[in-house]
Amino acid sequence: MATDAINYYRNNFLKEVEANVEEGHWVKMCMQCGVCAGSCPLGNAWEHTPQKIFMMIRAGKRDEVLASDAMWMCTSCYNCIARCPRELPITHIMHGLANYAHRLGLAPKNQPTRKFAILFWNNLTKKGRVNELKLGIALYFMNGLVNGIKVAIKAMPLGMSMMKTKRLSPMEILGGHGIKDTSGFHAILKKAREIEDAKMTKFD
Amino acid sequence: MADIIATNETILVVGGGISGMTAALEAAEFGKQVILVEKTPSVGGRVGKLYKYFPKMCHPTCGMEINQRRLKMNPNLRLLTMTEVSAVEGEEGNYSVTLKTAPRYVNESCTACGACGTAVEAEFDNEHNYNLNKRKGAYLPSAMAHPQRYVLDPAIIGTPDATKAKEACKFGAIDLDMQEQETTLTVGAIIWATGWQPYDAAKIQPYGYDRIQNVITSVEFERMADPHGPTGGKLLRPSDNAEAKNVAFIQCAGSRDRNHLKHCSRICCMASLKQTHYVEDAYGDDGKSTIYYIDIRAIDRIDDFHQKVKANPNVTFTKSKVARIDENKGNGNPILRGVDTEGYNRYDNEHDLVVLAIGMEPSVSDFPMKVVVNENGYIEQAESNGGIFAAGCSTDALDVNRAVQSATASALRAVQVVNRVAGSEG
Repeated sequence: MATDAINYYRNNFLKEVEANVEEGHWVKMCMQCGVCAGSCPLGNAWEHTPQKIFMMIRAGKRDEVLASDAMWMCTSCYNCIARCPRELPITHIMHGLANYAHRLGLAPKNQPTRKFAILFWNNLTKKGRVNELKLGIALYFMNGLVNGIKVAIKAMPLGMSMMKTKRLSPMEILGGHGIKDTSGFHAILKKAREIEDAKMTKFD
Repeated sequence: MADIIATNETILVVGGGISGMTAALEAAEFGKQVILVEKTPSVGGRVGKLYKYFPKMCHPTCGMEINQRRLKMNPNLRLLTMTEVSAVEGEEGNYSVTLKTAPRYVNESCTACGACGTAVEAEFDNEHNYNLNKRKGAYLPSAMAHPQRYVLDPAIIGTPDATKAKEACKFGAIDLDMQEQETTLTVGAIIWATGWQPYDAAKIQPYGYDRIQNVITSVEFERMADPHGPTGGKLLRPSDNAEAKNVAFIQCAGSRDRNHLKHCSRICCMASLKQTHYVEDAYGDDGKSTIYYIDIRAIDRIDDFHQKVKANPNVTFTKSKVARIDENKGNGNPILRGVDTEGYNRYDNEHDLVVLAIGMEPSVSDFPMKVVVNENGYIEQAESNGGIFAAGCSTDALDVNRAVQSATASALRAVQVVNRVAGSEG
């Protein structure tokens, strides 16, 4: 009975966030004043405000926090950091939580920001340079073929202007430009991932 | 000022607010020689600008009057108004202090009849009412001013107003040739009691103090409630002089915020709780107050006061630090936006008037002598301060009760120093 109560209140999730989430050690400093929630320009579009996420972490609501779409909605405007009376790096914590949820495979599958982040990352890491053409096309067709065609037609003048000013090349479709040592770059990323994984503390 | 006699057995008290007056009186009534210097033309300080005290809801004028009477009657105490300390040199038991006294242009013959005030025309911001209204160029700082002597604003000197004032005075009390005087004194110990000032509300950008007329500070609200204040005791909002019946109080305005003042200012919770009484006193059940707070810090016995206000159906408590204030351009109402902590509900609340429970910051940042100052700008008690002791709100953000305790303690410390100098310590 007593052990049950201890286990119930042990709250491994706060410790997990402190250990594994970037800037996660700040979460316990939140005094629940609510300025971040009220200052967020997208605040009313979120399921959970930062203030609420921090309280949920402290309450041990692991599944709800990691599956939340809230941290994916952050546009990095930094209003919350500028106004937080305790100077918590709220934007960074939200991104840290998003990354952590993604690595654990618990992030919401069809969240559009997350989908775009994956597209961007895969595009960038392939050759070490962003292939704007492929990224743009992938982005247009992210929500299906019909929608993609509509968006593409709408964005055509922008694409033409970019081509005229040599900011976009139709030749990129053939593979595109990249850095000199792509295999070296991939080795660096692999090593970085190994280091990151080794740093991760396991919580059961 | 050749008539000032000071020795290294004299105690100098800097600042004539409640703390400085208390420290000076305690030491003088103990039998020590005390010089009390005050920067403005009258003693009283911030407390003299309060309408009522918490938690007893009595008027500070009452306690102030007692202190002023003690001050007038004590032969050991010399009061110098319009005087500032410009330099301090020396060590415990032997300080050389330079004082600068600004000209009042009115001598001791003044009877405070007010003829000069009627005669002059120019008007200036009234400091006593936090610049909410105007006073004349010849004025009595406040009804309770001590000394009860008029002052000429230096800006009217050399203008026809100065001549008018002089001609109006039947007692020859106006002396337009007064000059700034510099005096050097020897004293044994110094009590520093320069107190606090309200944090600059305009720096709290999202609250719009500098652009929304109906956002005011708690010290200004205090003056509005006072019958001697700019609105004659009526709670009228600045934009249209309409009765402010639905008042919001925002706690921690500038305090407990690393972007502003890091410390808790201690008085603001109780000040807002007290001010909800003003709203109810003025409008009865039509007067509604809402307190927006992070947590209410009413400690010890003053929590009884908090509990009573909490039980009042005309007062609402919203647990949230307001994120932003906008103005309803149609009616001038401030709109408070934020998210509350009990339920995480988003709100857009309109009120007639917003009172920012403004934080306390030390009123002097640059001391004319070496003292240990903490990260919040207050003077720490430290051995290296020698015979210099801080009192009241020079030591920390304190309410009147604690400021007076602190002042009494500092008087005792200063007395010990001058006793050592006199060799009368056992």
